[in-house]
Amino acid sequence: MMRTPLRPLARVLKARETGENPDYIEQENRRLRLENMRDAARNQAEGRLLTLALLFLCGFVLLGARMGLLAATAPLEMSVGLSEDISSARADILDREGRVLATNLPTHALYAETRRMVDPVRAARELARIFPDIDADRMAARFTDPQRRFIWIRAQLSPEQQQAVHDIGEPGLLFGPRDMRVYPNGRIAAHVLGGARYGQQGVRAAELLGVAGTELYFDSRLRDPDMVKEPLHLSLDLTVQATVTEVLEGGMRMLNAKGASAVLMDVYTGEVISLVSLPDFDPNQRPAPPTEGEPADSPLFNRAVQGYYELGSVMKSFAVAQGLDSGAVTPDTMIDTRGPLTWGRFRINDFRNYGPELSVRDVMVRSSNIGTARIMQAIGVEAQQDFLRKFGFLDPAQIELAEAARSRPLLPDRWSDLSVMTISYGHGMSTSPLALAAGYASLVNGGRKITPTLQRQDNVQAGAQIISAQTSQQMRLMLHQVVQQGTASFARIAGYPVGGKTGSADKPGPRGGYMKDAVLATFASVFPSHDPRYVLIVTLDEGADTTGPEPRRTAGWTAVPVSAEITRRIAPLLDMRPIRLEAANAAFDAALHSSVGH
Amino acid sequence: MRSFLYFLTALAVIGLAAWAYRENHLTQQAMNERRALEREVASLSNAITIQRTEWAYLNRPDRLRELVDVNFARLRLVPMTADHFGEIGQVAYPLPVLRSDYSTAVEVFGDLQSTPPARQEDTP
Repeated sequence: MMRTPLRPLARVLKARETGENPDYIEQENRRLRLENMRDAARNQAEGRLLTLALLFLCGFVLLGARMGLLAATAPLEMSVGLSEDISSARADILDREGRVLATNLPTHALYAETRRMVDPVRAARELARIFPDIDADRMAARFTDPQRRFIWIRAQLSPEQQQAVHDIGEPGLLFGPRDMRVYPNGRIAAHVLGGARYGQQGVRAAELLGVAGTELYFDSRLRDPDMVKEPLHLSLDLTVQATVTEVLEGGMRMLNAKGASAVLMDVYTGEVISLVSLPDFDPNQRPAPPTEGEPADSPLFNRAVQGYYELGSVMKSFAVAQGLDSGAVTPDTMIDTRGPLTWGRFRINDFRNYGPELSVRDVMVRSSNIGTARIMQAIGVEAQQDFLRKFGFLDPAQIELAEAARSRPLLPDRWSDLSVMTISYGHGMSTSPLALAAGYASLVNGGRKITPTLQRQDNVQAGAQIISAQTSQQMRLMLHQVVQQGTASFARIAGYPVGGKTGSADKPGPRGGYMKDAVLATFASVFPSHDPRYVLIVTLDEGADTTGPEPRRTAGWTAVPVSAEITRRIAPLLDMRPIRLEAANAAFDAALHSSVGH
Repeated sequence: MRSFLYFLTALAVIGLAAWAYRENHLTQQAMNERRALEREVASLSNAITIQRTEWAYLNRPDRLRELVDVNFARLRLVPMTADHFGEIGQVAYPLPVLRSDYSTAVEVFGDLQSTPPARQEDTP
């Protein structure tokens, strides 16, 4: 900007001509100049004030945001082991009532820093005295080895052992905090829980990793830092599980069985209330996997989930259900049961001759192989495959156990018409007891598909309708009649009407063919039979009742009594009031009449 | 006037500094307390974990069953079965309260020996 002179000559001369005082011009110009200066100064000051105000605003916003953030974050509790990258945190596993199945227990590991040791030889000697399995000379050699500076001695110490080691007074022996996975109930539910081991080890903490079962399946969820405080609720009921284990163990011992399994499932929610496989193990000291022999005989093997067996006649229920559901037969349709039924070189026989013909109901009640084969013969390969697939028999079982996905059912290579017939009575296709339980649940719950689950559920599963409600009702009645009139008479227990189907399958031999004296006995039962709430599958591997003149191996003599005893014991534990048999029969009659009325 | 203002400002700065100093120490003290509390919470939650585990261990079904077996003579606990459920009709009406003019426990004990017939008359 050009500075205006105070007395511009032109204006002064002009003023002089007109006789005005030129001093006014100077004063006016001075005024203008001062006004300009004032405006500039005010602008500057305003700018500075604005900048300052903005700075303060920024500061306050920053502070406010920080305070808001602090107020909004959840308070964090300090806990041992969380400070390091390696976290030993692992959520608890509880049963459906909140009883502890697996939890963490703080303990200590023992390690040595050899450079800080005062008297390594004495320390080794003293350690050997506390831990009998430590060899004093070898430990001393390790302590005095100049190459080593750090030695793990024990992964876990009991408080007594820790005190004893502390009393040695050796400054080079140090304790590192550890968490230890504890299964307070010992062997109960061992196969469901699996077990845990140490992963990465640090001085301050060690990772706990799941090895098998739910511990492995839910490993990331259990170790998720955000969910560590939230225990995992399983669907198991500890009391029921303990009772089933006790009874099944007694039955297995009495019948000299090689193994046994039991699955108890809610037919509406698919919750597995109890899952037992015997022989079992203690997850606190999980045995190493077997290196020789049959893996299926190891205690680690979960017979109820991993064990796929040809289960025999228990599968007849599905053949009959398909016959009824497709409308091909009714419970009163007469089926030709003259034997043997020959198909090419293959002959199908019955356990004994049931006469020339039986009604569909009696085919179930008497368990006629020829009868079910005839029913399925008319239905054919594809319909059978579809039907079994809907029930989930053709795919690996869906359950929250790490092992489940590793085994799958054995199906015929070529699904021929003969396969259709043998599968109708449970041969030629293998099924796990768990899948069978889910299948029976769908059969009797009104026909809805059930996916077994080990997590506690609050709602009924809304599965697809796979058979009609009417077929389901007919199946309930037939299962009831099998117990009341047929092969499962030992399942008649006071107070609880049970429906079920037996299955006695000759086990396949190691070199093909079937073994004569090795029977896998299964009893699939539902109770109460007129309005089923639970399905119970009991299998006994090579059990035999030897109280008679000759050993009796069929399920009616082995699996059924054991299953009946289990039902007798657990039904009251499941809050089930006793129901009189007449009441159950009346309910069946009422259902029959209402369906006839439609 | 101006020097007085300067004096006041200086006083305010000193006062604020003293306040900030105090506040700083209070904060540190609070943080120390927090750490101590957190340690206590951690050790208490550890103790709870241990006691919960011990409780679960002491209540494990195997041990309870052994205890039931050992104490069978005294407690006569048997597995629950359908027989243990009762009908509502099986529950007896409460007996009418026995009216008595007895004053001491000894007297009651001594007299009850001879009262059964009288008591039966009272019940409907």
